[in-house]
Amino acid sequence: MKPAAFDYIRAASVEEAVEVLAKFGARARLMAGGQSLMALLNFRLVEPEVVVDISSIGSLNSIRIDGESVEIGASVTQSELLDWPRLKEELPLLALALPWIGHFQTRNRGTICGSIAHSDPSSELPLCLAILGGEVELRSAQGTRRLKASAFQTGMLSTAKAPDEIVVAARFPRRRPGEGYAFREIARRHGDFAIVALAARATAGGVLLGVGGVADRPAVRDLGGTGGAALGAALNAFAWEMGGNDDIHATASYRRELVRRLGPKVIEEAQACLS
Amino acid sequence: MPVLKARERHPITITLNGRPASGYAEPRMLLSDFLRQELGATGTHVGCEHGVCGACTVRIDGKAVRSCLTLAVHADGRRVDTVEGLAGEGNKLSVLQEAFRRHHALQCGYCTAGILMSLAHYLEINPQAGEEQLRKVIGGHLCRCTGYTQIVEAAVEAAEMLRLNKSAKV
Repeated sequence: MKPAAFDYIRAASVEEAVEVLAKFGARARLMAGGQSLMALLNFRLVEPEVVVDISSIGSLNSIRIDGESVEIGASVTQSELLDWPRLKEELPLLALALPWIGHFQTRNRGTICGSIAHSDPSSELPLCLAILGGEVELRSAQGTRRLKASAFQTGMLSTAKAPDEIVVAARFPRRRPGEGYAFREIARRHGDFAIVALAARATAGGVLLGVGGVADRPAVRDLGGTGGAALGAALNAFAWEMGGNDDIHATASYRRELVRRLGPKVIEEAQACLS
Repeated sequence: MPVLKARERHPITITLNGRPASGYAEPRMLLSDFLRQELGATGTHVGCEHGVCGACTVRIDGKAVRSCLTLAVHADGRRVDTVEGLAGEGNKLSVLQEAFRRHHALQCGYCTAGILMSLAHYLEINPQAGEEQLRKVIGGHLCRCTGYTQIVEAAVEAAEMLRLNKSAKV
């Protein structure tokens, strides 16, 4: 339960972090809040040669509105975003989802971008990024690129991020007029990993349902204007298509049942708050 | 840029409960181990070492965090507050500690230090906190003795006391 040995660099700028990554690639690990990485290190599931601490890089500690998106820098913690005065107005889905992430004590250090880069299939932020159609900004010595959530999220704990790239920011689309959102999660205890997490995004014309904790990455389904029995059938098909596995917390069958039962409720909640 | 080498021990200085404290740490050393083994501050307890149980919770620059999910080298130069710093002059218990004592909110005491540090931060920034919110904060900790009831009662009472006496120390 103690990490293996590694060199430690407290990067003062993105350029410094990029320089280390260019040299060490997959032998280096970036640490922002460390709330996922430290557990992996303690279990020795990862044994990097170098840990690059990016939490002190001032330029990454910003939340700013950029056109139609809110850009959240890589060192912004989940608590800092929760305390952002414009959160409810600009990112109502995140206002609903953030309190579900871990605990008060882990949100104080855990970052938005770190959770997205870690890409746990049951975690809340990758699900929010997927259903809102957000993107991540990646930087390396080669330059900068932006990837949509659907291109970035490639599977269980895996993303399209190259070993020499750093997620410098996540970009969430701002609330669009005429949309409503809802978020629900089932876990044994508040703060545990979600057995299933559901997010809904309703518009006047239809609804998107996002599900975490079943497939190996967040799954988003456009259910259009489906309702009644047809909705039940669509949710059942969606639940089966996501696959899902049995584990110590729940069976795949239970997870499908949660999607079938909670799906309509989350959709209804999102439609009820159409603005 | 400075690289702290893996197999070397590096000088670390933190402000521990208001006073400078120094020791040495390899980069891989957890803050929880640094506090206990290097600084002798054994009030902070170590449980699961992967962020689940909450026993090791301390405050870094005022914020309640898991010291087992923090490297000592990361804490270098920062303010760290632990359970040893809660009591006031002449070891007078803080409002929160006094409430824990009154309600028998601990039995073996292993989880207590972490819970106190979490609640101390939370009540400072959320003086209006009620039972529902306090339960969520306590939900970040495991206690195997009490069944939590007395811990919740103590937290709720401490919040009320602090609202009545605004100058009291959490």
